[in-house]
Amino acid sequence: MTTITAANGAAASTAPASPAPRPKRERNSVGRWVVWALLVAGALLMFFPVYWVFVTAISPGGLAQSGGFALWPSRVDLGVFARVFKSQPIGLWMLNSTITSVASVVISVVISLLAGYAFAKYRFRGRDAIFALMLLTIMVPIQVIVVPEFVIVSKLGLVNSYWSVILPSAAQGICIFIARQFLVALPDELIEAARVDGAGEFKIFRSVVLPMSGPLIAVLTILTFVWRWNDFIWPLIALQTPDKFTMSVGLNSLNGAYAHPWDQIMAVTLLSMIPVIVVFLVFQRQFVQGIAETGLK
Amino acid sequence: MTNVISHSVTKGATGRGDGGEAAPLPQRNSQAGRRKSRREARVAPWAFISPSLVLFAVFAFAPIIAAVVLSFQNVQVFGGGTWVGLQNYQQMLTAPLFWTSVWNTIVFTVGTVPTSTALGLLLAVMLNRKLPGRGIIRSLYFLPMVVSGVAVSLVMVWMFNSDDGIVDAFLQTIGLPRIDWLSSPHWAMVTIILAVVWGRIGFCMVTYLAALQGINPSLLEAAQIDGAGNWRRFASITWPLLNPTTYLLIVLNIVFSLQAFDVIYVMTGGGPGFSTTVLIQYIFRSAFTDGKMGYASAVGIFLVVALLVLTWLRSRLSRKSEDFA
Repeated sequence: MTTITAANGAAASTAPASPAPRPKRERNSVGRWVVWALLVAGALLMFFPVYWVFVTAISPGGLAQSGGFALWPSRVDLGVFARVFKSQPIGLWMLNSTITSVASVVISVVISLLAGYAFAKYRFRGRDAIFALMLLTIMVPIQVIVVPEFVIVSKLGLVNSYWSVILPSAAQGICIFIARQFLVALPDELIEAARVDGAGEFKIFRSVVLPMSGPLIAVLTILTFVWRWNDFIWPLIALQTPDKFTMSVGLNSLNGAYAHPWDQIMAVTLLSMIPVIVVFLVFQRQFVQGIAETGLK
Repeated sequence: MTNVISHSVTKGATGRGDGGEAAPLPQRNSQAGRRKSRREARVAPWAFISPSLVLFAVFAFAPIIAAVVLSFQNVQVFGGGTWVGLQNYQQMLTAPLFWTSVWNTIVFTVGTVPTSTALGLLLAVMLNRKLPGRGIIRSLYFLPMVVSGVAVSLVMVWMFNSDDGIVDAFLQTIGLPRIDWLSSPHWAMVTIILAVVWGRIGFCMVTYLAALQGINPSLLEAAQIDGAGNWRRFASITWPLLNPTTYLLIVLNIVFSLQAFDVIYVMTGGGPGFSTTVLIQYIFRSAFTDGKMGYASAVGIFLVVALLVLTWLRSRLSRKSEDFA
């Protein structure tokens, strides 16, 4: 297995007691480049669909492959973006996605911090049971409860409003779990010291716990923003008129409609991906850390 | 997700979760002040959880309870239901389409879980050391994680399109026959699996990378000094130490696969025929196409119970693997 062979290339070359340092280094460096080439090829393959969205969007007629095989259009046409903005309410969909995602993220982050703190640092009757019940909701896919959820939202008179998307998606068991895991590690001494100084419970939260929760807030915000922006099935059910659609729902409405050529569909797809890709590139470290630490997607 | 629950229960019971005990030591306060702060400390946690509690009660607990109730009822489109006991469950167990979707779910899970886990491990091991452009390479593997299911589906439908898609054009260029990726019942499942694995490799890789970075390098160095080759070091040190991560990833991936909806819904809608109708697709279909809300809930409860059994199994397994380590 070449991959492992090269694993300690650096260590091997610096080890003075290595019996035959030269040939080993050479073999390692060949292996290293083979591995590197494989990794790059794989990465390009992984990136290809994203590239293809972009290339299709800027090709007149969507770079159909009926007459052979081409990876780049003979002519680039950026006019497609103007056309999709004219034919579909893309600006409105973007705005709707932004409003619902941001509002839902703010609510989830605030309520999860508060609840996570209570679960981490207080002892009260029913604590473990309530926490377990909230986590249990992670196991229930939205498709299973979509009918009663819709009935509740319509009884509250929220159907086809921003709130119908914001409120149900703000109750996230996973956010409460992440918050609790982080806050449980805060030193009790600081909280105790503030209490001895006579600080009220909410004051302790605001002036002791909150200032130390920066990384937690960052991780929660980024993860939930990406999730909410990409949410599909619940907004599809709750939002009923095209002027209320989010980007995902609007994008789906173009699918299968033969009136839309592929360059236009891919242009809208590209527009829908830009915000999350930007957020991902800027906050990659927090995003990856959040995923790795919680073992969650 | 799965680890979440097992974690919480054990930690909640025995962990350090009882830090900020509600009995402070207000030495400098007056008697009355102490009583007040004690009362405050008793009320505070409830105040802190109340916003979550309200939202969960209305938008999570209530619909879950309602779904359980619905599963024992015969409900036609939003009207009132009549109590039918276990009839929905009986009907489920005798419906051929239910068993088709169970089978499809198994095929889909077997197709996605080992592939994404193994590829994630391979990539993590290869990327866990200094290489030119490592950061960019890693980012390219992560990137699909943030692309929405709808977007993934549309690109894949376009790429795997059998009239003018790039994949068939490529196959033809290198002298291979074209494939009906989405219109043939056999290939449709393969295409779906490819699309889902594409989005999931990055997640497995990240999780393995985090675990690899937690391995003490002196263990590997010691083995190297003792003359262990690279393969040997991987097989007898790295791999066993990654065991808990592998367990976790396999179970999480199964959970993700059982819940995977958007890609199938947009790419094939469960077709052609019912060849890509997995359980969750079947639930949605029963509720919205067939209008059988009670029956759909019964299948939904079946799925949730399956997920919970899986969670429980994982917590059992991981306890065993910890004992072993």
